[in-house]
Amino acid sequence: MMKKLNVLLVDDEVEFVQTLAERLQLRGFDIHTASDGEGAMNQMEKSLPDLVVLDVMMPGLGGLGVLKQIKSHYAKIPVILLTGRGSTADGIEGMRLGAFDYLMKPIDIDELIKKIRDAAPG
Amino acid sequence: MANANWYQNLFRSILNPDAENQSADRYRALRRNIVILMMLVTILPLTLMAIINHYQYRSSLKAEIVNPMRALSSKTKHSFELFLEEKLSNVRFITSVYSVKELADEKNLARIFRILKKEFGGFVDLGLIACNGIQTSYAGPYDLLAKDYSEQSWYHEAKVKGIHISDVFMGYRKFPHIAIAVQLVDEACDHWVLRATIDTHLFDNLIASMQLDAESDAFLINDKGDFQTNSKFYGKVLETCPFSPPPGNYGTSVAEEKDPQGREIISVYSHFNTLGYTLVMIKPQSVILKSWFTLKSEMFFIFTISTVAIFLVIFKLTGILIRNTREADERRELAFRELEHSQKLSSIGRLAAGVAHEINNPLAIINEKAGLMKDLVERAGPFDHKEKFLGLTGSIQSSVERCKTITHRLLGFARRMEVQFEVLNVNDVLKEVLGFLEKEYLYRSIDIRLQLADNLPHISSDVGQLQQVFLNIVSNALAAVEDNGTVSITTWDRNAETVGISVQDNGCGMSEETQKHIFEPFFTTKKGYGTGLGLAITYGIVKKLGGELKVESQAGRGTTFYVFLLKETLSKTSE
Repeated sequence: MMKKLNVLLVDDEVEFVQTLAERLQLRGFDIHTASDGEGAMNQMEKSLPDLVVLDVMMPGLGGLGVLKQIKSHYAKIPVILLTGRGSTADGIEGMRLGAFDYLMKPIDIDELIKKIRDAAPG
Repeated sequence: MANANWYQNLFRSILNPDAENQSADRYRALRRNIVILMMLVTILPLTLMAIINHYQYRSSLKAEIVNPMRALSSKTKHSFELFLEEKLSNVRFITSVYSVKELADEKNLARIFRILKKEFGGFVDLGLIACNGIQTSYAGPYDLLAKDYSEQSWYHEAKVKGIHISDVFMGYRKFPHIAIAVQLVDEACDHWVLRATIDTHLFDNLIASMQLDAESDAFLINDKGDFQTNSKFYGKVLETCPFSPPPGNYGTSVAEEKDPQGREIISVYSHFNTLGYTLVMIKPQSVILKSWFTLKSEMFFIFTISTVAIFLVIFKLTGILIRNTREADERRELAFRELEHSQKLSSIGRLAAGVAHEINNPLAIINEKAGLMKDLVERAGPFDHKEKFLGLTGSIQSSVERCKTITHRLLGFARRMEVQFEVLNVNDVLKEVLGFLEKEYLYRSIDIRLQLADNLPHISSDVGQLQQVFLNIVSNALAAVEDNGTVSITTWDRNAETVGISVQDNGCGMSEETQKHIFEPFFTTKKGYGTGLGLAITYGIVKKLGGELKVESQAGRGTTFYVFLLKETLSKTSE
């Protein structure tokens, strides 16, 4: 039995993030959520996740700003970006900043899980 | 006043054609106005010059004819004077050399007369008249001895003035002659008169020596207006002349008048200095006008030729001018339309991107909620309508999937594309694209005709973008044709900067109205299943790559799409 992967979901759309969290839990992931960059950093201080799924479009710092913070503090934690803009530009910029990969909203749950498994260490 | 308004309007309409109606008539009006104006400024001076020349040539031609007439007339007058002077001298010489007594001797006088006739000629007779007026001595062909002249006026005048030259008269002899009388003096009486008569046919010789043409006439008249010589057209000697010399009895004068037959004539009058004679020379105007008519017809010919030439040039030039103006107007209008079109596309694009982005988030929520619902139903034990629920969530998710396709394509249409330029062969890209579509066209037995230029130069562009462009255009062509239809794909080296690709089908074609809108997003003819984004995206990509996308179509005959691509990358893409 594999160890449960601990995933942190960061998105300002509460409805979206909670539903997605529930679905991932159903599939055997250990999920924490945050609705902004600050919340994410606090959560990571409390318990370090194996992986972060981060929305690019967020108020405040914005997804890419949060990504930079995560990468500066926890360089080894892989980050998967979600973008709502239908543009590869954000995704490519994110990967340049150290993101593992990106997905476009609305996402397909199976695809997300595949990417999480690819990214997860070990 | 009305006239001034008319040409003001003309000028206004030339300078500001928009003021007139905007229809195609505008060009016709413009053309008409330019032609009229140009005609005015060319034909008018030409006509004016022709008229001025007309009169100038006429007067100078007249002068050219009149001046020799004057010269000839005064020369002839001079000859007449010399002739009369000579005759007078002859008689005076006799009176000086011989005494009255010698002249009174009949034999002597006859001898003198013989010598006179022989040496000088023209003399008819010679007589000496005594102081009482009786001819005392006479030599000549007539029997005039002892004739009494005492009552004759010329005799008295000779006695008073010393000499007298008479007008032409018939006298006793019944043929025209003139008499010259010179006074003599002796001891007994101081008014003897020696009288000689002279045949005036010598006058005719002088006039004949003028060598006038058949139309012209010359004659002598005296101060009473009687003919002194015969006239060709106007009468005999001593008849009254129909012309009267202009007043002022000196020199030569010229008059234009009508003769009794109604002919237009030019007459030259030369007055004799000492005698009351006038030499009249007549030339009909028709002689002058003959050369004038020749010149006039030549001038008229040149005038006509140049007028026709001006007409032709003006018409041709104006035609070219109007055509160019019209083409420039049309090009400008087209450019405006294109600009308008691309602005419309870009603003629609921005709007679409905004909407798509806003919709994407709720869509993601719907997707997750439906997904969770499905997860829960799957994991629950059997219950009523379980299968139905699974079906419902599945169809929600597939609808979300459709929406996602639309929003992503909308965003793709609007977003700024990062173009990855590389050197590529357009033919290869086309073949690759045809590979994707092979199944469809083989299945439908569509004839794909490839006419790819072998030596097509490689161009610098983006493979992925071009694939999308060609895929879209070729798919459209395949959709347009019936089964067994034909799609021709051609590539060629268009010019120094661009290569051309055309995709031609013999399918259903499009109406003019459809052609106007095909590059606009959401415009579709595929009712029900088209997004209306394909060609809009294609258009955007081609523009972004610095190329051009054109369409030609006729409803029922087929459609041709042209793509023109730059060989070299633009140094900087727009936006």
